[in-house]
Amino acid sequence: MTTACVAGGAGYIGGELIRLLLGHPRVEFAGASSATLAGRRIDGAHPNLRGLTDASFTEPGRLPRCDVLFTAAPHTRAMAAVREHLDTGAVVIDLSGDFRLRDPGEYERYYGVPHTEPELLDGFVSGLPELHRAEIATADRISVPGCMATAAILALHPLVRSGLAVGEPRVDARTGSSGSGASAAHNTHAERSGALRVYAPLGHRHEAEIRQALGRPVRMTVTGIGAVRGVQVLCWTRLAPGAGPREVRAAYRTRYAAEPFVRVVAARRGPHRLPDPKILAGANFCDVGFAADEAGGEVLAVAALDNLVKGGAGNAVQCMNLRLGLPERSGLEFSGLHPV
Amino acid sequence: MITCPECEGRVAAPEEPRVHEIVECAECRSELEVVGLDPLLVALAPEVEEDWGE
Ligand SMILES: NC(=O)c1ccc[n+]([C@@H]2O[C@H](COP(=O)([O-])OP(=O)(O)OC[C@H]3O[C@@H](n4cnc5c(N)ncnc54)[C@H](OP(=O)(O)O)[C@@H]3O)[C@@H](O)[C@H]2O)c1
Ligand SMILES: [Zn+2]
Repeated sequence: MTTACVAGGAGYIGGELIRLLLGHPRVEFAGASSATLAGRRIDGAHPNLRGLTDASFTEPGRLPRCDVLFTAAPHTRAMAAVREHLDTGAVVIDLSGDFRLRDPGEYERYYGVPHTEPELLDGFVSGLPELHRAEIATADRISVPGCMATAAILALHPLVRSGLAVGEPRVDARTGSSGSGASAAHNTHAERSGALRVYAPLGHRHEAEIRQALGRPVRMTVTGIGAVRGVQVLCWTRLAPGAGPREVRAAYRTRYAAEPFVRVVAARRGPHRLPDPKILAGANFCDVGFAADEAGGEVLAVAALDNLVKGGAGNAVQCMNLRLGLPERSGLEFSGLHPV
Repeated sequence: MITCPECEGRVAAPEEPRVHEIVECAECRSELEVVGLDPLLVALAPEVEEDWGE
């Protein structure tokens, strides 16, 4: 059986990767590393995995040989972590921001430090199946996009690709607290519960990823909300002359008709009219929807996902499935919960 | 098959349609009311709006 390991397994993304790998029908979970928890049981850090594994974390660098290695280290530290694993022969799927931007200058502007492995950047394929499915199927190095970037790219891509959107889209993103990782400062319940904290009014890092994927500039604002999981983006852009709701709906319908994990949600009736991350917790779906003015006006594109699943670990497993030639939905069948 | 007047999605016609019968569009979730039988005609049914206030 194909084996997979997780470097940086003690964090929230690491935990979600281990959960998905333990439930995967065609891939065997072979180990996870952590510097701070080496030797300690995995289900101590991730209590939802009790009864599913008796394994403990290994020290970084002591992971067994495997076919697929997921790296889930914090950005700026993932560069070195990935470098260490390149000669093991494993397919490397990195979850950090370190290999997402093609241009090392752009990386330094958005991440505040120079890229230490710029010669590796060209070797990475962007891990967004909806845009790069064929390249992922043969890639040995895959860089999974950021959670809010994934939502915004999937929300805007049908409009940009079909020429229906003109000008510079504005992305208003809202994110739950798990998006900041397990050890983020100022992320306590006292600070986050009930908050609507506009923590990145301008220039969030994911802005650069969205620009790169769409091939046009965007502006982005990020607000931290009280939820634990979940991202929602509201993206405003102008419609091309003559375009209206009919053309917009047709663009989404055609673009995502064959996608296993993107659902178009733009209902006229009922309480669930546009994408809401609440019902997506644990599921690998990205729901996208829209509301469009009559011809010549503006369009609001909305997307929602679970930042740890389609916004991270689930999307990474989808990439692994593609790379291994497995059914794309393998290990990702969970539908989400309602009510939740 | 009938075409949804709201979103142009394809909606399965009822097997034995009756006037005032409601069918639901799977794509945009509009409620469509049968307003004519030969040919089969549907129109958007009236709806109650949600209002969460200020
Ligand atoms: N949270 C999200 O919603 C989300 C979504 C998509 C992508 N991401 C990205 O995924 C990565 C992990 O995020 P997270 O939320 O899981 O963060 P986290 O909860 O803070 O976990 C990061 C983990 O990385 C490990 N680590 C630290 N330094 C390392 C190094 N030099 N090499 C290897 N591992 C190291 C840490 O464990 P030890 O120190 O014990 O080794 C820690 O458990 C980040 O790059 C993040 O940007 C996060
Ligand atoms: Zn319809």
